[in-house]
Amino acid sequence: MELYYGYSGNVARILRSIGVEPGDRIIVVLKDGTVFNGILMPRQVLYSGRPVLVLKLDNGYNIGLNIDEVSDLRLVSKKQVHHHGGVEAVGRAEGLPRIVLLGTGGTIASKVDYETGAVTPVLTPGEILEWVPELAEIAVFNAREVMSIFSEDIEPLHWENLSREVYKELVEGVDGVVIAHGTDMMSYSASALAFSIMNKPAPIVFVGSQRSSDRPSSDSAFNLRAAFIAASKGPFAESVIVMHGETSDTYALVHRGVKARKMHTSRRDAFQSINDKPIAKVYPETMEVRIVGRIIEHRGKNKKAQLKNKFDDRVALVKVYPGLQPEMLETLIDKGFHGIVLEGSGLGHMPNKLIPVIARAVENNIPVVMTSQCLFGRVNLYVYSTGRRLLEAGVIPGSDILPETAYVKLSWILGSVSRDLGEVRKVFLTNLAGEFNERHILDLYPRWNHE
Amino acid sequence: MSRINYSETGLKVGLEIHVQLDTARKLFCKCPTLLSEAEAREVFTRYLRPAKSEVGEIDRAALLEWKKNKKYEYEAPVESSCLVEADEEPPHEIDEDALLVALALASSMNMRIIDEIHVMRKIVIDGSNVSGFQRTALIAVNGYIMDNEGKIGIQTLCLEEDAARKIDESEATVRYRIDRLGIPLVEVATAPDIHDPEQAVRVALKIGQLIRLTGRAKRGLGTIRQDLNISIKGGAKVEIKGVQHLYLISKVIEYEVLRQLKLLEIRVELVKRSVRPENISDNIIDVTDVFRDTGSKIVKKALSIPGGGVYAVVLRGFKGLLGIEIQPGRRFGSELADYARVWGGVGGIFHTDELPNYGITREEVQALYVKTGADPGIDAIVIVADVKQKAVEALKAVIERARIAVIGVPEETRAANPDGTTKYMRPRPGSARMYPETDIPPIYVTPELMEKASKLIPEPPEKKLEKYVREHGLSMELAKAVINDLRLDLYERLVEKYRGRIPATIIASTLVNIIPSLRRDGVPIENIDDYVIEDVLDAVANNEIAKEAIPDVLSSIARNPGKSIKDVIKELGLGVVSISELDELINEAVKKNMDKITAKREKAFQIVMSEVMKSVRGRIDGALVAEKVREKLKEILK
Repeated sequence: MELYYGYSGNVARILRSIGVEPGDRIIVVLKDGTVFNGILMPRQVLYSGRPVLVLKLDNGYNIGLNIDEVSDLRLVSKKQVHHHGGVEAVGRAEGLPRIVLLGTGGTIASKVDYETGAVTPVLTPGEILEWVPELAEIAVFNAREVMSIFSEDIEPLHWENLSREVYKELVEGVDGVVIAHGTDMMSYSASALAFSIMNKPAPIVFVGSQRSSDRPSSDSAFNLRAAFIAASKGPFAESVIVMHGETSDTYALVHRGVKARKMHTSRRDAFQSINDKPIAKVYPETMEVRIVGRIIEHRGKNKKAQLKNKFDDRVALVKVYPGLQPEMLETLIDKGFHGIVLEGSGLGHMPNKLIPVIARAVENNIPVVMTSQCLFGRVNLYVYSTGRRLLEAGVIPGSDILPETAYVKLSWILGSVSRDLGEVRKVFLTNLAGEFNERHILDLYPRWNHE
Repeated sequence: MSRINYSETGLKVGLEIHVQLDTARKLFCKCPTLLSEAEAREVFTRYLRPAKSEVGEIDRAALLEWKKNKKYEYEAPVESSCLVEADEEPPHEIDEDALLVALALASSMNMRIIDEIHVMRKIVIDGSNVSGFQRTALIAVNGYIMDNEGKIGIQTLCLEEDAARKIDESEATVRYRIDRLGIPLVEVATAPDIHDPEQAVRVALKIGQLIRLTGRAKRGLGTIRQDLNISIKGGAKVEIKGVQHLYLISKVIEYEVLRQLKLLEIRVELVKRSVRPENISDNIIDVTDVFRDTGSKIVKKALSIPGGGVYAVVLRGFKGLLGIEIQPGRRFGSELADYARVWGGVGGIFHTDELPNYGITREEVQALYVKTGADPGIDAIVIVADVKQKAVEALKAVIERARIAVIGVPEETRAANPDGTTKYMRPRPGSARMYPETDIPPIYVTPELMEKASKLIPEPPEKKLEKYVREHGLSMELAKAVINDLRLDLYERLVEKYRGRIPATIIASTLVNIIPSLRRDGVPIENIDDYVIEDVLDAVANNEIAKEAIPDVLSSIARNPGKSIKDVIKELGLGVVSISELDELINEAVKKNMDKITAKREKAFQIVMSEVMKSVRGRIDGALVAEKVREKLKEILK
């Protein structure tokens, strides 16, 4: 059935017949004589089935009225169109770094239509400045949308586009690139950019928000300021993620993309560096960047970026669990997958009965990388016999790499470097962007409060 | 101040009554609805900013608040707050219990219940809501209740989350505790159908009572709050926030009517003096020189801070008006000072109607008139001593307020002071800034939901009254007192609990007679929690004390909070007297008074009785003592 602004059935028919649309002012008279005067709202599709009409009253409240209770419904006036005069971006201030903000469809910047409640993204420098005027003190910036997609719908193909756009900006000579990105798959994209552009002259900063920007408590303005500071004056030239450092609005953390992981579904400090320290802390209030970790690649105006941006989308990331069936992996081999990353148990193990399948994959020229679902710590295949048998079968031990990073790296190697098993193994085991950390010190592991 | 004839003033009052609900969990998470006094281990800080599309349209006060870059600190007690209050997790589904209470209340007030309820976000940017908005839902509209003087319309009933508690405030930081955040509140708003202060109190009482009759209202300080909307003919609609006590309502209304009448008188005088808004100059004059060698401590202190100065505005034709009292202890000048404080963040103002004073001399006032070119015969001068930026903002607001005085009474939101007077808080918000809470699905009010709610619909007070008299055996007077008592729900619970063991009259009189009389005697009855009352009645039910001992035990516990009831009973020597002990005491009394008994025979009863009662009062039923004494005398005299 065709929906009318989210309405269906009788409600849609009535609304259509008198030609009222969301935003229009209407009068609704109920059978019991109650009269409501308000603005018609669009219907969320999820609830289209209910015989309900949604109205915004003049006191701001939305109410849903059962259409069967309505005796009369009339249009009072058509929607008023508000023209919003946005402020244009300020001209280039002397000596400020130049930055570009690329939108990918994440909701870091969006605004609410107070009449219908609809949230729409904004991405003109003027609108962004109007909302976060502090950005004008940090850098001169341009903004454009390079794609419009939910973070969870991102595919390796999108990394190719994104890499190309970022590369263009770096060649243009910007002092930093900020990428507004949904947080769900952000660390995958940040890893992709870590590999697809080598010899970066400037930082590539991913930023997002855990609380949408349509609320006063949103973390997006804070994160955006921190990202701009990191992009414009951070001494590192890596693909990083800048997000809240703790629940308070005090500092943000600069995580190396290949070492970062979203560790909480909803907290603003969801992102954490695993098996490594974050690179830096950023204090938006004072605009200070304090280096607290290692810098793998330094900023350099004269560095020439190299773009290698093909990703192989025939790579699988498989979690090992009790009862994992050999067919799962057999299918990948039979369906012609090009690479497999395993998220093994403990030090990097999997059920012994699956080892022959691994051997078969390797014989079929399919690289198999072993990582650990423990996330913290390093894979070691020498400690137990299962590990030694896996090595014998040809598994590539992933050291302390995150499973997600291993997936992106393998996809990139197969797409941009080689599909030769020996070459894949050699490149995979090379530390290209800080994805391996050779030294794990005691305080790299979080401790919880138990009392 | 003379008595006001309210019908002549065209007074219209609407009430907004907020009552916390005593549900097991909060409205949008699973935390208990408790306040915690323990020191919070978790504290976090946040900033708020107007949401994107708000900039430029948001009310000026909120924007000003934001520009001050206020930091909000939140104490998060782990026993009564979670990630939802910290705005670190989306809200959970709405608490069904709270929803049912709201639906039941709406039914009892003859309201039209909304078919599908939508939870909204109401933008609040003062930090009291961590998210920057308060979640609220309109449950029902268009009802009424009956008052002695006719129907009072009930416009809306909303279910909303309570805000965080403010703990402390400094210039740069506001500290809140988030235990209270999320406790369900019902908000009942009446139509402006109330026409005098007594009626307002009556209606507030009635609505409060109706909510309590559901048995789900919280009690105690801060659990009920009243806002008033007041207007008079020729005046303006003024909203007064945060009236915490019922007894203040009539006073607040009286004082507000008085204020509006006085402001209208001032307007008439200004018109008579031909003052027009455009005559009031925007010119803010630096008069620091005048106070170079001042003896005024306040001015001296302001001048000692870097960038500190004294700034003045001339209010042409206002001489004498700033000193007019418009509420007890508050003058028209106080209204100007409120504006200066809110908009400029300054401590206050000085005006020439109150000078010389505060260490400012006659000579300085004269110099002030010379420096500003004002006419000492007809003009008033307002000065502010502070850093320039703040002083200028403050004086701009003073000018704006003075201009409004020529037009009439401004529509505004005011805060109630403890004495019933009010002070300016902020302009009335324009159209409410609300948008849908997209994290919570709309709630379709099904017949099943209404069926569940119908079980919570409070019995009408008349019905209850009848039941208390007929079934519980209360006198009409006692029954009425119980119905009006805050602890009504406790009464009902205890009557059930002690059925057959303690008569309802004892429970009722403990609540509505004994406790108030202890308060009159200066006993700190705020220490008498529900469980204390219950402990004492337990002791009565278990024959550990006699009912006569209730006042003494309650009083002793109130004076020694934390002491166990067992210890109190022991210390007061209130342990129940056994029959054999009683026999022993009667024997002693008889022996001691043998002469009188032989002389007076049966008439000696009083003497023996009072002798025995001296040592057993409050420890055994008096009727039993009398019976035993009679028996004994009969036996001796036989």
